[in-house]
Amino acid sequence: MTSTSIQVSVVDVVASLALVAIAAGVSFWRRAELEEDIGIAVVRSFIQLTAIGYVINFIFDEDSLWFVIALIAVMVLFGAFTARRRARRVPDAFWPLLFALALAGAITLGLVVVLGVFKPQPRYLVPVGGMVVGNSMTAAAVALNRLGDEMKDHAREIEATLALGATSTQAAAPIVRRSLRSGMITLVDSTKTTGLIFFPGTMVGMLLAGADPTDAVRLQLILLWTLLGSVALAGLISITLAYQNFFTPAHQLREQPEP
Amino acid sequence: MLFELEGVTMERDGKVVLQDVTASLPKGASCVAGPSGSGKSTLLRLLNRLADPVSGTVRYEASDVRERDPLGLRREVCLVPQLPALLEGTVEENIRFAAQCAGREPDVKRLLDVAGLDDTFAERDAGKLSVGEQQRAMLARALALEPRVLLLDEPTSALDESARGAVEATLLHLRERVDVSTVLVTHDLEQARRMAEWVVRLDDGRVVTQGPVAEHLAA
Repeated sequence: MTSTSIQVSVVDVVASLALVAIAAGVSFWRRAELEEDIGIAVVRSFIQLTAIGYVINFIFDEDSLWFVIALIAVMVLFGAFTARRRARRVPDAFWPLLFALALAGAITLGLVVVLGVFKPQPRYLVPVGGMVVGNSMTAAAVALNRLGDEMKDHAREIEATLALGATSTQAAAPIVRRSLRSGMITLVDSTKTTGLIFFPGTMVGMLLAGADPTDAVRLQLILLWTLLGSVALAGLISITLAYQNFFTPAHQLREQPEP
Repeated sequence: MLFELEGVTMERDGKVVLQDVTASLPKGASCVAGPSGSGKSTLLRLLNRLADPVSGTVRYEASDVRERDPLGLRREVCLVPQLPALLEGTVEENIRFAAQCAGREPDVKRLLDVAGLDDTFAERDAGKLSVGEQQRAMLARALALEPRVLLLDEPTSALDESARGAVEATLLHLRERVDVSTVLVTHDLEQARRMAEWVVRLDDGRVVTQGPVAEHLAA
């Protein structure tokens, strides 16, 4: 395999703002009123990625797994806060999300290291950990968002099932199933169509960096399949913990105030 | 007495819906009657602990319902809600689900018959039945638990006149075929006279009167 790293100058980065100008122009022309949001997105992405670039550089230089764990812990914390905003109808959603992201991250990274897929080094665990936490956050947020909506919309059916002497687990089972499916379906669908309709980011990045396409494909497959596992775990754990917050210990449906 | 409520106060969405209610419901056919918003359905939900009161005591067969296992209580005192709310699947799957909750093997054909449905309904998709048919399927599902008490929350309120008459006839014949007490919630005093022997009348969350229908709901 031959690999040549590409050099990206600040001028190249600035040049790509031309595409941002198109986005802002389209928004202005069609009165989508997204110009301010686009501006904020550009500034935030610049600051956040630059900052994380320095952090990753530092962690790579230190070559310590403790720094990797600390970085992923911060990601998990911010991920749980961010996902909670999508799950407003779920009471006390923060803790289920925090546990879900932490466990999904730990189990997934632990497995890929134990199976020898990646070496236990910051160079591998930082980027893979970031992808795992990010995708898990999205899946858990979508799953809990759906859970909150369905628990409200189907309160009548749930209470009718409880009235038969069913447990809260039995009463919530159809909703738990649909919510888990919602959380996972986006990644499952994108995994199905990968290579046909779009090229995923890792593969594109490797190809741009001059990697052998076969290596790029293999690494992409590993990441996609790893993410499937982490997304399933995050969805399952967050929903399993969160649905119980809708019920009392006596299997009664709690009154839900509007968020 | 089958049920006794003593000094029961209940709130929903921060509003008092039952205020210091003391009432009794004997075995047999009872009803809780009153206008919309008088707290009838809320009272019914307290009888099998779908909700707990803010204060006061609810007793079933002389014991506080809070001292009983809520799941066991609901299998013995089963509530059929006002609007049909069946699970996805066929009518038979719904009946089997309920029976399974109580650890029983249901006689689906007989249950459908008691609820006024012929046995072709077993394989019908529950979501594609008319409201009246769904209400009967709900009744068949509840009976699959072999409950000792059926709590019926306005079972005919969503039905047209002919369907209402048919469901009433089914409920009237129910106690001839099944050993079960019923507590019916209704806003219709005529229906209360037709269907019950004992009445508790509520208005604005308070008991107005209670006793035998013949004395307290004289035409």
